[in-house]
Amino acid sequence: MSDSLHTVTALPTERRSGCPFDPPAELIEARRHGPISHYTHPGGKPGRLITGYDTVRAVLADPRFSSRKDLMNVVDFQLPPAPPGEFLLMDEPEHSRYRKPLVGKFTVRRMRMLTERIEQITADCLDAMEETGPPADLVTAFAKPIPTIVICEILGVPYADRASFQEQIDTFMGGEVSDEELIAAYTATQEYLARLVAAKRAHPTDDILSELTDSDLTDEELKGISLILLAAGFDTTANMLSLGTFALLQNPDQLAALRADPALTDGAVEELLRYLSVAKTFHRTALEDVELDGHTIEAGTTVLLSYNTANRDPDRFTDPHTLDLGRQAAGHLAFSHGIHQCLGQQLARVEMRVAFRALVDRFPTLRLAVPAEEVALRPEAADIYGVKSLPVTWDAK
Amino acid sequence: MSTPRLSADRESCIGAGMCAMTAPDVFDQDPDDGLVLLLHTEPPAAHLAAARMAVGVCPSGAITFHAPEPDHA
Repeated sequence: MSDSLHTVTALPTERRSGCPFDPPAELIEARRHGPISHYTHPGGKPGRLITGYDTVRAVLADPRFSSRKDLMNVVDFQLPPAPPGEFLLMDEPEHSRYRKPLVGKFTVRRMRMLTERIEQITADCLDAMEETGPPADLVTAFAKPIPTIVICEILGVPYADRASFQEQIDTFMGGEVSDEELIAAYTATQEYLARLVAAKRAHPTDDILSELTDSDLTDEELKGISLILLAAGFDTTANMLSLGTFALLQNPDQLAALRADPALTDGAVEELLRYLSVAKTFHRTALEDVELDGHTIEAGTTVLLSYNTANRDPDRFTDPHTLDLGRQAAGHLAFSHGIHQCLGQQLARVEMRVAFRALVDRFPTLRLAVPAEEVALRPEAADIYGVKSLPVTWDAK
Repeated sequence: MSTPRLSADRESCIGAGMCAMTAPDVFDQDPDDGLVLLLHTEPPAAHLAAARMAVGVCPSGAITFHAPEPDHA
């Protein structure tokens, strides 16, 4: 059976010209052949690529597929286990030991209580943008500062540290620096977080990191947890805000519909999550032989799950390559599925609902300041997809 | 008339909040640990569709709909 599978030898490095929002053509083609393809990991190890919605979802819900970093079979050498606290790359029971103390701090209700504060942060960013522009780079004026300020306030990163901290995270999330620079940025971030955890333990303040020092988690573990929350907390949302705005500007009828109807906002955020899926891929490794859609995934095989292709599966979403803010996009995999589904998703939703709403209300004439094909996109190698900058302009009052 | 019954398993719940977001009249999250709280085991007809959708989007399979029990009336 396995011999009938389509083969993708390597992940494409580029998207089709003029289609910055669509998964690379090779992945859409792979899904057309079936949900599972033969695939070779960049480290040379044979694996599988999964592009079909139902199959990606099934793998994510199946405890026979592991998230452990040290079991990932993608290179010729054994990878080390995830550092303490980095629970994204762990299985039960270690995963729950870290996630459980956090869950109550990111509930729907607690995140909605932040709405007013996020509206204020957003209004401040838009005020500054209006005063200094037009034009403006929407990434630096809007998309990055909002989630950065929010997650730093939630975790308790002092205001004075935020700029340098954001720069370090940008360096290791951007996918475009040398290994040396990447390691230097990662190390600097680790060292900063170690100092921050020690400071919170010595002098607790009103934030989540201080609250967590009251648990049985060690400083090393708290450092790892903080790293995940900070990195996940702003790079993802920042790219959703900037790429999402780009997508809205390229779909003027949808933008007009959103502007005209505030009731469309929540659904619009879900559809943008589905359509853009900026967190594109994750790995799982089979702990035993698993039968999947008539194919055997052998024990020890690492599969690459393409979330953005799965979210464009026509068997799940009608006319999947169309941005349709009015559609029912619930069930999309942008926040993953299974026990690792995004812890901060309710925060991300509040941020996006507030920020997109405020942006379209504030700038009725917002448009790109450069031709669309000149908008600089992140390389496919980046963990999180997005735009590097988004030059926009508007009619000043 | 009997209605379908819901059950929620706090052991497998991961506190993602999808149920509380999708069907807020049927589910909530415990303010302390963030895990699922079932507000109605037999959701009113007006909230049945939302409850079904919540079951469908739960990431950890922690909430389940059970078929209505036979009507004895």
